[in-house]
Amino acid sequence: MTMIEALRDAMDVALERDPSVVVFGEDVGYFGGVFRCTAGLQEKYGEERVFDTPISESAIVGAAIGMAAHGMRPCVEVQFADYMYPAYDQITQEAARLRHRSNGQFTCPLVIRMPTGGGIYGGQTHSQSPEALFTHVAGLKTVVPSNPQDAKGLLIAAIEDPDPVIFLEPKRLYNGPFHGDHTGKSVSWASDARGDVREGYYKTPLGKARVTREGAAVTVLAYGTMVYVAEAAVQNSGIDAEVIDLRTLLPLDLETIVTSVEKTGRCVIVHEATKTSGFGAELIAEVQEACFYHLEAPIERVCGWDAPYPHAQEWDYFPGPDRIERALRKVLEV
Amino acid sequence: MTDRKVKLTYPHPPARPGEDPDFSGITIPEAGLLDVPPLDLDARGSRPYANGLIRVLDDDGNAVGPWAEYLGEDTETLMRRGLRDMLRMRAIDRRMMTAQRQGKTSFYMQCTGEEAVGCAFQRQMEPGDMNFPTYRQQTLLVAADYPLEMMFGQFYSNDLDPLNGRQLPVLHSARDFGFFTISGNLGTQYVQAVGWAMANALSGDRKIATAWIGDGATASNDFHGALLMASVYQPPVILNVVNNQWAISTYTGVATGKARTYAARMRGYGIPSLRVDGNDFLAVAAVARWARRRMREGFGPVGVEWFTYRVAAHSSSDDPSAYRPKDDGAAWPLGDPIERLKTHMIAKGLWSEERHAQAQAQILDEVTQVQKRVEAHGTLVNPPPTNPADIFKDVYAEMPDHLRRQRQEMGY
Ligand SMILES: Cc1ncc(C[n+]2csc(CCOP(=O)(O)OP(=O)(O)O)c2C)c(N)n1
Ligand SMILES: [Mg+2]
Repeated sequence: MTMIEALRDAMDVALERDPSVVVFGEDVGYFGGVFRCTAGLQEKYGEERVFDTPISESAIVGAAIGMAAHGMRPCVEVQFADYMYPAYDQITQEAARLRHRSNGQFTCPLVIRMPTGGGIYGGQTHSQSPEALFTHVAGLKTVVPSNPQDAKGLLIAAIEDPDPVIFLEPKRLYNGPFHGDHTGKSVSWASDARGDVREGYYKTPLGKARVTREGAAVTVLAYGTMVYVAEAAVQNSGIDAEVIDLRTLLPLDLETIVTSVEKTGRCVIVHEATKTSGFGAELIAEVQEACFYHLEAPIERVCGWDAPYPHAQEWDYFPGPDRIERALRKVLEV
Repeated sequence: MTDRKVKLTYPHPPARPGEDPDFSGITIPEAGLLDVPPLDLDARGSRPYANGLIRVLDDDGNAVGPWAEYLGEDTETLMRRGLRDMLRMRAIDRRMMTAQRQGKTSFYMQCTGEEAVGCAFQRQMEPGDMNFPTYRQQTLLVAADYPLEMMFGQFYSNDLDPLNGRQLPVLHSARDFGFFTISGNLGTQYVQAVGWAMANALSGDRKIATAWIGDGATASNDFHGALLMASVYQPPVILNVVNNQWAISTYTGVATGKARTYAARMRGYGIPSLRVDGNDFLAVAAVARWARRRMREGFGPVGVEWFTYRVAAHSSSDDPSAYRPKDDGAAWPLGDPIERLKTHMIAKGLWSEERHAQAQAQILDEVTQVQKRVEAHGTLVNPPPTNPADIFKDVYAEMPDHLRRQRQEMGY
């Protein structure tokens, strides 16, 4: 299954099992989404469960909050993460806080799906990675799946979660893993074990990271597309690195991270988002706090440059395997 | 007990794939019915214009009614230029769609069927006026005589691109040609145009701003904020809505709801508003001329809904056969803007089928020649070397230290 099919399957399962689940967003209904993630769902469940909305992200999320507070479980789509900003008020000031400010009278079991990240020549408004803008907000959970298996299980878990979940889908991974070499042949999920998706209902718990490659020399923390780019860098370098796919940024699986860094004593953090005040900064803080006496070298970050995502210079901007390899070597030098 | 009397509605287009195109729900008043209102028209007085449809060219290609008299002295030059601009726009679209399919660029967006709107409008504006466009208004650049080398350079992100490859193809910026930098985030420009026009008024520079938005994006918060700001402060801004019936796969009814027209919605904010046949070059020219004159007199903002049809796919990434009938565009009751102007010019003895075919071929050839020259500077197929350090330029006026360090880390 592709990640697109896996996400669709997750929504299908959720719609089937729970009549309070509704799916909506721009072009989501009849057409099935510009990335086709909801294709066929309106036909199967009808317009009351799966429908098209006006182009107002704040209205989509605001209405979803109202439904969620009433007791439904909306799973809405924002067409690109770059277009969530009009909804930012509703997400951060409302969805995130209903439970707390009403002392539990009102809650917000809501999922907001959005394609994230670059690598598709989308320029500055189809490539952003805004995860840190969500992890910074108390009351939100933030998930970034890296493969079809996880995408399905995590999305079902997110829909069943009692609190609002931001579900960031790395669009560069929709149709296959991407190892960071845009000139190489594209790979499909059919040829990757992680594209093997179980039928029916299953959940992948939020807040659990996964070690995708075991190693002893250095720990690499990554999520989304960067999991594969990091794996490629590790392979190219021949370094015995341990790669951790965080899967959920908040709540964060600190235990898995700490266990690994205590073993390796070194850590490299990779994300596509801009560096300054990025999620990597949070990871560094957590790792040094928990593992200070185990660290052999300063922690390295490989991130998007602190500039708007460019169109033509995409591959100069994208943190590719070479930059990651350099960082791996640097932390091993000390 | 559940109450099924209370139900939600979900707007539907009249026809879907596999069905015949159906525009029977669209009322098209006769051409020439509406007169030209005084320049100080107010919202209340604009009711017939907001709910009606200003048309000049009738079904036989005759220019009729009071708006036909509102085109200025030299209608012949106006029409010849307009036809050339529209043919040029269509040739650019044709060449670029092919180039995109050949992998020479990442992305492209056509405006097929909507050529009259921007081409006729722009020729009524004055130097120094500023358009705040969307990606569907390359016509404004064509009719501002924007050099095609720069336009194609932008499509190919090569060294002829005035934006250094930073922006997605079609998202131009051309300050000297009255074209504000296009954002990919829908709606944002609309309220910015109002602010620009407030600055026009405050500085007394006698220029104006024009705001552009698609029917779908009228749902955005910024559209509503813009209308309110314009209604409150009365700056010289023309608030355009291009209603081409679709927002990607979403039918325009999902943006109108139970409102009658987009013009009526703008009128609801207290802004006098008109609805115009956007496929009628002469109607667009006349109304744009009227609106520009109104701005000059200081009578405040005006809203205009250009009623048209998006004949092509939304973008190079879209396939409309999945959500609307095949040949829907060909069945659009208000026809094709180029054909309609051509028919009129032939009827007036100004043009002929032969000359049209000749002009079409000549313009396509001109455009193709420019395209080839620009392609020699590099495309996605034979990418020119990028200048990676450029990423760090213009983030700020002065580069802060942390960006300097990142640039060094990059190796530059
Ligand atoms: C804030 C925001 N939300 C969503 C999108 C994605 N998007 C791009 S174009 C488009 C449809 C716009 O339709 P309309 O306003 O009618 O303009 P048209 O394409 O018909 O010219 C959508 C949903 C976006 N660019 N920005
Ligand atoms: Mg539209």
